[in-house]
Amino acid sequence: MSHTGYRPVLDPAIAPPFPDAALPVLRNPQLRKNVAHAIDVIQNKRGRLVEEKQDWQALRTAAAAIRTHALENLGTYLEQFEERCTAAGGVVHWASDAADARHIILELLREENASEVIKIKTMTSAEIQLNPHLEGAGVKVFETDLAEIILQLGEDEPSHIVVPALHVNRSQVREIFARRMGIENLSDDPQALTAAARSYLRRKFLSVPTAIGGANFLIAETGAVAVVESEGNGRMCLTLPKTMITIAGIEKVLPRYQDLEVMLQVLARSATGERMNPYTSLWTGVTPGDGPQRFHVILLDNGRSQILARRTERQTLRCIRCAACMNACPVYRQTGGHAYGSVYPGPIGAILTPQLTQMHHAQSLPYASSLCGACYEVCPVKINIPEVLIELRSQVTDQERKQVRRIFDPMYLGLRMANLLFSRAWLFHAAQRMGRLALGFFTRKDGWIHALPSVGAKWTQTRDLRGLPKQTFHTWWAARESASSKIGDGEAR
Amino acid sequence: MRVSLFITCYNDTLFPETGRAVVTVLERLGVGIDFNPQQTCCGQMHANTGFRAEAFSLAKRFIRLYRDTEAVVIPSSSCVAMIRDQYPGLVEELGDSALSNELRALLPRVYELSEFLIDRLGVEDVGAYFPHRVTYHASCHGLRALHLSDRPARLLAKVRGLDLVPLANLDRCCGFGGTFAVKNGEVSSAMLAAKLQDVTATRAEFCTALDNSCLMHLGGALHRQFLGMRTIHMAEILASTEASSTGAGA
Repeated sequence: MSHTGYRPVLDPAIAPPFPDAALPVLRNPQLRKNVAHAIDVIQNKRGRLVEEKQDWQALRTAAAAIRTHALENLGTYLEQFEERCTAAGGVVHWASDAADARHIILELLREENASEVIKIKTMTSAEIQLNPHLEGAGVKVFETDLAEIILQLGEDEPSHIVVPALHVNRSQVREIFARRMGIENLSDDPQALTAAARSYLRRKFLSVPTAIGGANFLIAETGAVAVVESEGNGRMCLTLPKTMITIAGIEKVLPRYQDLEVMLQVLARSATGERMNPYTSLWTGVTPGDGPQRFHVILLDNGRSQILARRTERQTLRCIRCAACMNACPVYRQTGGHAYGSVYPGPIGAILTPQLTQMHHAQSLPYASSLCGACYEVCPVKINIPEVLIELRSQVTDQERKQVRRIFDPMYLGLRMANLLFSRAWLFHAAQRMGRLALGFFTRKDGWIHALPSVGAKWTQTRDLRGLPKQTFHTWWAARESASSKIGDGEAR
Repeated sequence: MRVSLFITCYNDTLFPETGRAVVTVLERLGVGIDFNPQQTCCGQMHANTGFRAEAFSLAKRFIRLYRDTEAVVIPSSSCVAMIRDQYPGLVEELGDSALSNELRALLPRVYELSEFLIDRLGVEDVGAYFPHRVTYHASCHGLRALHLSDRPARLLAKVRGLDLVPLANLDRCCGFGGTFAVKNGEVSSAMLAAKLQDVTATRAEFCTALDNSCLMHLGGALHRQFLGMRTIHMAEILASTEASSTGAGA
């Protein structure tokens, strides 16, 4: 049990459904305060920087077009990347799934005789649950991103893809550092905390010769790998170690070096509310005497080519992991990231996670949204997340409606019944009359319903419901029509 | 001109006063009104919950009922958004080209109430009188799907006696989201609690919107918590006059 008061589970295969996983967070006022505060800070910065950019909508359109083009020609650009990266002295590996990728990495580490690795923050490594597997194989893993250190030392899990420790405040960070680094009298001043992390990290940077990182972009034209970060730890991992292993999803490829012009502008503003991120590192293969001398890139599929094959869902792969959608999301604002039971939380996680599991897990995630559209509005590559959510919901429903237990599920019964009633006006009107009779039993003298059974209780646990009025609109209209036609008749006579 | 009303399933059942108010406003502006008693539901709840097969049949039904109308007026942003944003995809999936053509011809004639008043009739002042302190909740569909923009504010600005108080975090969802409110009841309630803080901070007497779904959500909590504020669909504000303003809203 960590400082959150609950043990987050970020493996979709075993995580509880979203509504259940959200409960411990909803009951943790400190955590909710931390999340809302952190989001407000990022959102305000983003808002100002997007506003100053007169061509923001044009940039979004361009970014979406670049990503769409790359995905439509993914095979070509991946082969080109492999060719150029190899020509520059890199080694490209192809991994079809998480186990495959972990196996490749472990083999590489064995060749290096590596017992320790330093890491740049990478979502893809979290996706394949690399750290526990490395630890299990006897390799010690040292995260070098400040937030990842906080989580690793605090035995916690990331709740955000850009700011993974967003749910932890600085007095909690102070407590974790003091305890795990053995520092007495550590203050919670941000400078003191980063200084503590820095001296902890420097020893690792200088002593560990093997690094694992991810990629924000792969450039097909040059075979380069691009990493964008704020702390310089990525730059350290790139320059000091002898061996650099990069793991990246196959969708990360961009056709041309020039495409970075658009992508870096939208990424920094969307992710951290900065005009330009502090450290942008690009490296291409191996340069004798400078930087890592062994350079590996693992291209991970893990369900991505199946997503690519589907027309509506394909846009999911445009994602550049900026997290603007989670910062804008009113659901994420309340629940934080752990409730999503995946390393990818928020709106993008709600569409990506179930698809990465081929819809075998995380079926509650497409429903973890009020479909308010805030995510789509801010997405720098214009992923219509609500559209994909609705598509995935229909897949979940198609799966579930075959199950015997759904026959008596009130939601399924209700919606199928409603469809039947809406197919004929007279049936609908009869149902309205019956509904008024039935709800009459629950309606108090003040005309309001305060408690309902079954699914209705989910409404009345926090909200009243006004009792059904005596006259529907259509009965009022019919009465008015017949009255006016009588008057009309009278006049005619 | 003549318009056909689509009052929507939950307005017909739960909020008939909204439909009556739409009739009052439109008749005051000299618009002839038809109401097809065969109408039921647009299918939004089915589509958004993943019951696509059911949504198909309701989309077809709507298009057939309204294909010959001059204009359709709907006092619900989310139902208009369903028709405008989701029907084309549904109909395309059905592969019925005749239906697809009918929808394409119909869509430009489907209006949300404030769109109809401002864009089609060119009216901002509908002759209303509502001497109350009011705040406006921009529903997500009105804001992001229909891009209603300042249309609601322009209509409210011309209501005599009305004191419009701005609502903080106007672009944040109230947490209703259809079946989301019960499927994720606790998260929905947490979102609602945050919205209520902003709504009550306005110290308004009424919270208004162009969607009774959000108002049912907000109103249910305002009533549960004895917060002394009522919800009212904007059509009812626009329908009130000096003669009728005694018993404002529900």
